Amino acid sequence: MITPPDVDLVPSTNDSLTETPARSRGLPSIVRALRRTTPGKAVAWAAVALLLLVSVFPFYWMVRTAFTPAAELIGDASQLTPSNPTWINFARVLGLTTTEESVAAGGTGATLNFVRYTANTLFFAGSIAIVQTLSCAMAAYSFARLRFRGNSALFGLFLSGLLIPGIFTLLPNFALIRSLGWLNTFQGLIAPAILVSPFAIFFLRQFFLSLPREVEEAAAIDGVGVFGRFFRMTLPMSRGPVATMMLITVVGIWKEFMWPLVAANSDGTRVLTVALQRFQAQSPNTSPDWTGLMAASTITVIPVFILLVLLGRQLVQSLNFSGGK
Amino acid sequence: MPLGTQDPTPTRRPIHHRERWAALALLVPAMVGFVVFWILPSFRSVWYSLTDFNLLNEPGFIGLDNYRELVNDDVARNSLLVTFQFVFFSVVLGTLLSLVTAAMMQRLRLKTWVRSLLLLPWLVPNVAIALIWAWLLDGQLGYLNHLLTAVGLPGVSFYNASQAMPIIIAIGIWSGLGYTALLFFAGMTQVPTEMYEAGSIDGATETRMFFSITLPLIRPVIALVVVMSAIGSFQVFDLVLIGYGGNPIPAVRTIFFYIYQTSFGFFRMGYGSAMALVLAVILGALTAIQMRAMRANRSDLS
Repeated sequence: MITPPDVDLVPSTNDSLTETPARSRGLPSIVRALRRTTPGKAVAWAAVALLLLVSVFPFYWMVRTAFTPAAELIGDASQLTPSNPTWINFARVLGLTTTEESVAAGGTGATLNFVRYTANTLFFAGSIAIVQTLSCAMAAYSFARLRFRGNSALFGLFLSGLLIPGIFTLLPNFALIRSLGWLNTFQGLIAPAILVSPFAIFFLRQFFLSLPREVEEAAAIDGVGVFGRFFRMTLPMSRGPVATMMLITVVGIWKEFMWPLVAANSDGTRVLTVALQRFQAQSPNTSPDWTGLMAASTITVIPVFILLVLLGRQLVQSLNFSGGK
Repeated sequence: MPLGTQDPTPTRRPIHHRERWAALALLVPAMVGFVVFWILPSFRSVWYSLTDFNLLNEPGFIGLDNYRELVNDDVARNSLLVTFQFVFFSVVLGTLLSLVTAAMMQRLRLKTWVRSLLLLPWLVPNVAIALIWAWLLDGQLGYLNHLLTAVGLPGVSFYNASQAMPIIIAIGIWSGLGYTALLFFAGMTQVPTEMYEAGSIDGATETRMFFSITLPLIRPVIALVVVMSAIGSFQVFDLVLIGYGGNPIPAVRTIFFYIYQTSFGFFRMGYGSAMALVLAVILGALTAIQMRAMRANRSDLS
């Protein structure tokens, strides 16, 4: 009889940073897997292939539509590739065509500037990922390493932030940003998230606690102050987890929709998700501008796809690491 | 993991005093953000829910009127019902599918690039996801409908009242599958491979091993992911807003959409806050269960 051991819910750092045993065995495991292939395994492989197809095909169809001339959409609707691929849909959502050209290509003539919206989104996600992670790392270090009265009570207070759903603070935060006159400004867009995320504090504190104390203690005896130990020792040592946290934050902010929708829906500050929503709202319900919408969607997906290709491995492992959120 | 501070040891005591000021300095940015955008708004939200605030007026106290209205609000009740429907089916079906997917990732030893491709839908904003599926399921030109009719099946439509909810649920599951499967997979990598080797020597089938080894061993991870995805699905909003071009049919009008519409469409911030508070209580209860699940698991570990 097998007695189940305990399962680590939040895998410790070392586990997550090493590869899984299955992978590190490399080629022999493939050979063994092939030798052991049974009808059941064949079905499973077919299921995996189907799953991959289902996961990726919608994005292929998005790209395929984006390259189709609007006039040929009807005739072409069921072909896997467009007969006459075109860049015009991208050109018009990027604001590179005149209104007449846009209308001729199936658009509404509404001004679209996805170059600017992409830049806005990069700023939105990038600034929050950098500043928030740094600010949370500082707080997390305080909670993990420093002794002061009320440490655990204060940390508990931050943790309670995990219990508060976004919509609950969204309404009063909107009223606040509005009364400050910050609606449709970048400072209003980033303000609520720029300094703090309870999850980031929790995540980084866990990591700092797992670091050995000895080096820091030796440095402290040599007279290195708290800031020196944090900024010159602990932070550089924690590059991996800090980068992971930034990555998780970038993805989260990239997908953010409701806050930028209500707080920063002007042409200068609009982010990609809101721009897509607005583009759709301007497109007639009876005959939506599908080629333009798919070109715009493609522009929204490309950065994420690049992130996946470059950092897919790290992303997949960071999910192992966070084991939760 | 204890939440408390470490016991002071004699060697560290001399620097204690300096540490206190440093700790304060390191905490300032996070504290400012937390107080201004989390704590104070929470109190203001409770206050708004007792007022007739509409963004243009000074909030005037109206007691529990908003809550009284909420009890009799059929639209709110329907929205909550619709949301529960969405949460229930997406969590149950999503969890089952993710478990099977994770088991395949583990037992077939899928490469990292395969696993990361499965993650693609989760990385894409829901707005784009909703647009892509609205196009695939378009009544006249949608490719998926083309495929369905090609094999002799009837097409499906966002605007068919009985199909709308299943479609939204399916899209929600589709977009989160890779992510939850990876979380389960993370749990499964903790299971020693020897157990499967022992199992197969004893002649156990893969199915049998899934139920007798994998499932019992990753039960804590399952509990966590279930509560987490329940909380996530409660907040479904962009899928229905975009899927229906801003005007979802009643069958998919979720509570988040209704709060959004009340607060930013009709400017009834007071009433919106009251609904948000009720939703916060529901979600808070769910999160508390999640926290307990996590802590209970930690004590198992020691």
